[in-house]
Amino acid sequence: MITRTTFAGFGGQGVLLMGYILSHGAMHKGLNITYFPSYGAEMRGGTANCTVTVSDKKIASPVASNPDVLVAMNGPSLDKFEPTIIKGGLIFLNASLIPEAPSRTDVEYIQVPIVELAKEVGNARGANMVMIGTVCAKTGILSLEETIKGMQAAMKGKDKFFGANEKAIERGFAFAKDGR
Amino acid sequence: MPSEKMLMNGSHVVAEAAVRAGCRYYFGYPITPQNELPEYLSARMPEIGGTFIQGESEIASINMVLGASVAGGRAMTSSSSPGVSLKQEGISYMAGMELPGVIINMMRGGPGLGNIAPSAADYFQATRGGGHGDYRTPVLAPGGSQELADLTFVAFDIADKYRTPVMLLGDGLMGQVMEPVVFPDFINLEDLPKKDWILDGCKGREPRALFSLLLGQDGQLYKHNLHLQEKYDQITANELRWETKTQDEDEMIIVAYGTAARIAESAIEELRAEGLNVGLFRPITLWPYPMAALRELASKVSKVAVFELSMGQMVEDVVLSVGDRAEIHFYGLPGGIIPTPADVADFLRSASRGDGKVGRRIDV
Repeated sequence: MITRTTFAGFGGQGVLLMGYILSHGAMHKGLNITYFPSYGAEMRGGTANCTVTVSDKKIASPVASNPDVLVAMNGPSLDKFEPTIIKGGLIFLNASLIPEAPSRTDVEYIQVPIVELAKEVGNARGANMVMIGTVCAKTGILSLEETIKGMQAAMKGKDKFFGANEKAIERGFAFAKDGR
Repeated sequence: MPSEKMLMNGSHVVAEAAVRAGCRYYFGYPITPQNELPEYLSARMPEIGGTFIQGESEIASINMVLGASVAGGRAMTSSSSPGVSLKQEGISYMAGMELPGVIINMMRGGPGLGNIAPSAADYFQATRGGGHGDYRTPVLAPGGSQELADLTFVAFDIADKYRTPVMLLGDGLMGQVMEPVVFPDFINLEDLPKKDWILDGCKGREPRALFSLLLGQDGQLYKHNLHLQEKYDQITANELRWETKTQDEDEMIIVAYGTAARIAESAIEELRAEGLNVGLFRPITLWPYPMAALRELASKVSKVAVFELSMGQMVEDVVLSVGDRAEIHFYGLPGGIIPTPADVADFLRSASRGDGKVGRRIDV
């Protein structure tokens, strides 16, 4: 099993943190991971992306030719990374910002209204938590408990956010299950 | 006891490994993409009673390493390509004075200030002695985060054992990538062999001196260089490191180090599924270069492919090792571009066909 996931969006949307949560969760589960962040001469409001590879075998390259999964948090990220996704891959769209569907027809996609869902559980800043919940649930890489554990490890020392983030992650899992 | 599995970026890995390997003196000047390393040590060194100093320049920092080494400490500096260029004078002085020390280079694009993206174009500088004079610097090239940790220990040990500066040659990608690492246990500084040459105060013993300038009319410098060469011969005999991943049916091997080797390994996995069998030869010491091992392997295949994150530097050592025992093909990219396994697979297919569509054949 090997899954390469690219997370992409604006700086400040919690793109790198999503990758970090997945990485920690998968490591705690005993899987191999590599986390490769982009780090251009970027500033707040610029673009950010990271690629997380999860496998039960040794991972050679942290650089992926064609990711299996794309998490697009804004339009430019969808435009930039959609062509790189493997045929039959899965794209998660931040439907709160991206109204359109991917133009490719050989990939699956799921539109997640993450901002609305985050507000619903009273954590307006937890849109990325909703998204990582949906991603982990749909791909099956991590269970709810493992995702929460990943979040706690990734945000070590910031315990005051754990409760609200758990709710947002749970909401993401529920959306993945029921589609609403 | 070794640590638990920890998830850290490569720069932090080197920093923590250095602390566990007994480094108590760090001097550096900031430069992207390795700032996480000094950032980590600025907090970590005070915790363990060590010294962290942000020098006023790269040149000051390497000379602080020189000073700490004179006094007997395990000392380190880190930088990225343009900064390492500035340190070359100090490295040459340390080689001449036979001072141990560890220099980390997380390479970025060059020449000049270049850019801040990963690159591996400092091979010549690292392995040919970027400074002046007849000296060699052992160069270790980690293949991933676990080796960043393990080879940091090795770097300090080689440095002390042979009284030489040692370079750990990583790249900007390696510094940023996070993967699980298990750290070896802390060494006990008391267990290290006593250094009988350091200048730590001569109360109760004969004074010692260390020289960089050897003007003696009795062939002092001549003898010193012969002594250095003997030492380099010993290092070459004892410290060669490499990794091979080959199978009997391989028709070709690819030679790559560091991040390039990881990308190549993924390409190889892809190609094996297609029936194209390519083995991997990964030098871990870049100087001394594992020439005999590569030569032996090359004599079993018809083609040797070389892949570098540069326009062609290590390929010269491959040519020296392999000669005309196999066809040599090269594929390299300048700094700022990170090729994917698919790009390298295209090169290997092309080298296998011999059509020169990706990369080029090297005339020997």
